[in-house]
Amino acid sequence: MRLTILPRLVAAALLAGSMLGASYAPAAAEVVYNRGNDGDPETLDPQLTSTVAEAHIMRDLFETLAVYNASAEPIPGAAASWETSADGRTWTFKLREGAVWSNGDPVKASDFVFGWRRILDPATGAEYASMLYPIKGALAFNKGEGPAEDVAVTAIDDTTLEVVLDGPTPYFIEMLTHQATVPLHQPSVTQFGADWSKPGNMVSNGAYTLVSATPGDKVVLAKNPRFHGAADVQIDTVNYIPFEDRAACVRRFEAGEIDSCSDLPADQMAQMHEKFGDQVRTPPYLGTYYFPIKTDKAPFDNPKVRRALDLAIDREFLADEIWSGTMLPAYSFVPPGAANYENGPTVDYKDMAQLDREDEAKKLIEEAGFGPGNPLKLEISYNTSENHKNTSTAIADMWKTVLGAEVTLINRDAASHYAYLRQKGDYDVARAGWIADYNDAESFLGLLKSNNPGFNYANYTNEEFDKLMASSYQEADLAKRAEILKAAEAIILKDTPNLALLYYSSHTLYSPKLTGWTDNIMNVYPTRFLKLDK
Amino acid sequence: MLAFVLRRFLGAIPTLFVIITASFFMMRLAPGGPFNLDRPLDPTVMENLNRIFHLDEPLWSQYLRYLGNLLTGDFGPSFVYRDFSVGDLFANGLPVSLQLGAGAILLALVVGVAMGVYAALRQNSLADYLVVATASIGTTVPTFVVAPLLSLVFGVWLGWLPAGGWGDGAILNKILPIVTLALPQIAVIARLTRGATIEALRSDHVRTARAYGLPARSVVITHTLRASILPVVSYLGPAAAALVTGSIVVETIFGIPGIGRFFVQSALNRDYTLVMGTVVVIAIFVVVFNMIVDLLYAWLDPRVRLD
Repeated sequence: MRLTILPRLVAAALLAGSMLGASYAPAAAEVVYNRGNDGDPETLDPQLTSTVAEAHIMRDLFETLAVYNASAEPIPGAAASWETSADGRTWTFKLREGAVWSNGDPVKASDFVFGWRRILDPATGAEYASMLYPIKGALAFNKGEGPAEDVAVTAIDDTTLEVVLDGPTPYFIEMLTHQATVPLHQPSVTQFGADWSKPGNMVSNGAYTLVSATPGDKVVLAKNPRFHGAADVQIDTVNYIPFEDRAACVRRFEAGEIDSCSDLPADQMAQMHEKFGDQVRTPPYLGTYYFPIKTDKAPFDNPKVRRALDLAIDREFLADEIWSGTMLPAYSFVPPGAANYENGPTVDYKDMAQLDREDEAKKLIEEAGFGPGNPLKLEISYNTSENHKNTSTAIADMWKTVLGAEVTLINRDAASHYAYLRQKGDYDVARAGWIADYNDAESFLGLLKSNNPGFNYANYTNEEFDKLMASSYQEADLAKRAEILKAAEAIILKDTPNLALLYYSSHTLYSPKLTGWTDNIMNVYPTRFLKLDK
Repeated sequence: MLAFVLRRFLGAIPTLFVIITASFFMMRLAPGGPFNLDRPLDPTVMENLNRIFHLDEPLWSQYLRYLGNLLTGDFGPSFVYRDFSVGDLFANGLPVSLQLGAGAILLALVVGVAMGVYAALRQNSLADYLVVATASIGTTVPTFVVAPLLSLVFGVWLGWLPAGGWGDGAILNKILPIVTLALPQIAVIARLTRGATIEALRSDHVRTARAYGLPARSVVITHTLRASILPVVSYLGPAAAALVTGSIVVETIFGIPGIGRFFVQSALNRDYTLVMGTVVVIAIFVVVFNMIVDLLYAWLDPRVRLD
């Protein structure tokens, strides 16, 4: 009886809805992709963006000189081709003939010059301005110490762009896939100022254009018919829907309201695999979850103590039990899959049994002068999160059992935690993670340079390591450079300023109706390469 | 009455000023800032950002700047949502939260009062126990359990309603969030009404009305309810202020673009201007709703004078 009321109610509501014009049926041929995203974009100005959620949207709206294909390999984007000088410092890009902005204006080399000067302008306050620092004159301009004209980006003519770098930068093409390097349509940016990226104002050069953006609700993109590859773009409309609550995305996916989820609840992975089978994807992600140790603070300045801490951690347990297989045990700081970095070094104990590692750890901690009467005392700082808490608790327990250490845990919200690390608070061991913005080992190793205080949480200084890193920036030969970087990584694996614990993997769920989805290490899935059967 | 309303609004100004000042300085005591992100920033970039948002100035000058802007109705730019001013964010989100909050209050009031009166009239019967039991469950089961459960049952399993999303304000999309918001309120209102009604039923004027032989409907609705609704009304003031300013739980679980999530997120993100904005908005709602409660009181109970 009661069940009959609801359909009537539903019908009435539907009628009311359609009368109000609130619900509408899309045209039969229109392909609408409801795409779950990590969260709200904080901004749609590509030069101010910084989050993964924003990067997904930007890859659809804008085309950089090089872009990632479906497998996250760089391919020509706005540039049709490029050449490098013999010393690897001067790059000449030939832009695609006939490429236009979404309003029909031609995409010119000067649009890149304008865009890159804008992101480097200190007044823009772009978080990713640092991406362009390899360009000659870029750092000085961003610091307010040099003029915009000294940034070595030149439009030789409308379709030729020349860029001069400070040193040979083999990952430059990888960097150019990042949304920090988009061109900008100068007339609309000049006309609308900070509002240029609002719906209605934004002129873009990618496969899609911006239709609307409502925080907490969705960002709607429509296919750009003027895009040079428009003939191969099948999806007409993309609704980017933010999900702070990962489980909510899964529920709406099950209800058929969402076609893909960009992240999944880690604690439900086992059930998800069971329920959705191959639709759940967990490919490796170019990132490392690590604990920096403050290397300039006693007793952590003793390499034996650091190594003992390192050896005592059972990484398999962390990956399988604490993270239910959503992370992989890490035995190096640079994760596998980094470009031009095959067979990177790993820790020397990788092939030892965990019990043997623990025996060595016990020996080392005794040699360092700690024992039952004088236990090692330390504090683990982490940013508040269920997963970080479980990880820290498990590690504290391992250190207690194996080393007899007295471990305390302290958690702070993310903003406080990172401020504490940055301001060199009095931490012993802290939780941190790094996901590469471009596919290169330097992105990880550069964190430990002694002249990189904002990122070097371990306060690590090693002259030999610094020298190797410095020489890597001058080496244009890819193979030679890889050897230098591997030697540098071998040093930090021996010195253990950072305890590399786990490699990240990305977690996605997509409908069988969606084709063209290719697992990749950068977690990029541009909509232009996807097809959706409705 | 107009004089009363005016007086209340003027009286609220110093209150708001104290709230704004206290929140401004308390918030700055928390370590970290809006630009201490998961992904650390280059020091040069951080300096640029601090300069753009005036965070490099002394605190008192930031405070004066904020107060000055506020007087002109400018809540400032959001530090995190950089495409939006705090005013924009509220303009987008507040109507959504108001719709859901108002719907929830209405639903809670109708269902809660009906349940409460019904239970009171049949005190110690099975129906009464059922209402009391339901009310206890309603208050003890948290929203973050109810919301996913409703979404799962009605959205995924039965497929009657959308499992989430705002659907550009479609009525169907509002049902589950409104019910979720209303459930705990129904429970409280039912219990308050039940208690007050039982008391009112024993009062002299109701006994007199009965003795005159007035019809039962008139005794309950005209004479009993008027007295028994008073505690509900005083409860509704703050409850309504909380409901219309949104709920982070309902918004994140159902994907609703309201303002509830700003409360928590802005504090965690150290989005200073957005924190201040939410504080001011809530304070205003509390002041307004308390005033409405006072007006309702005077209307319901002739003994209350507004002056």
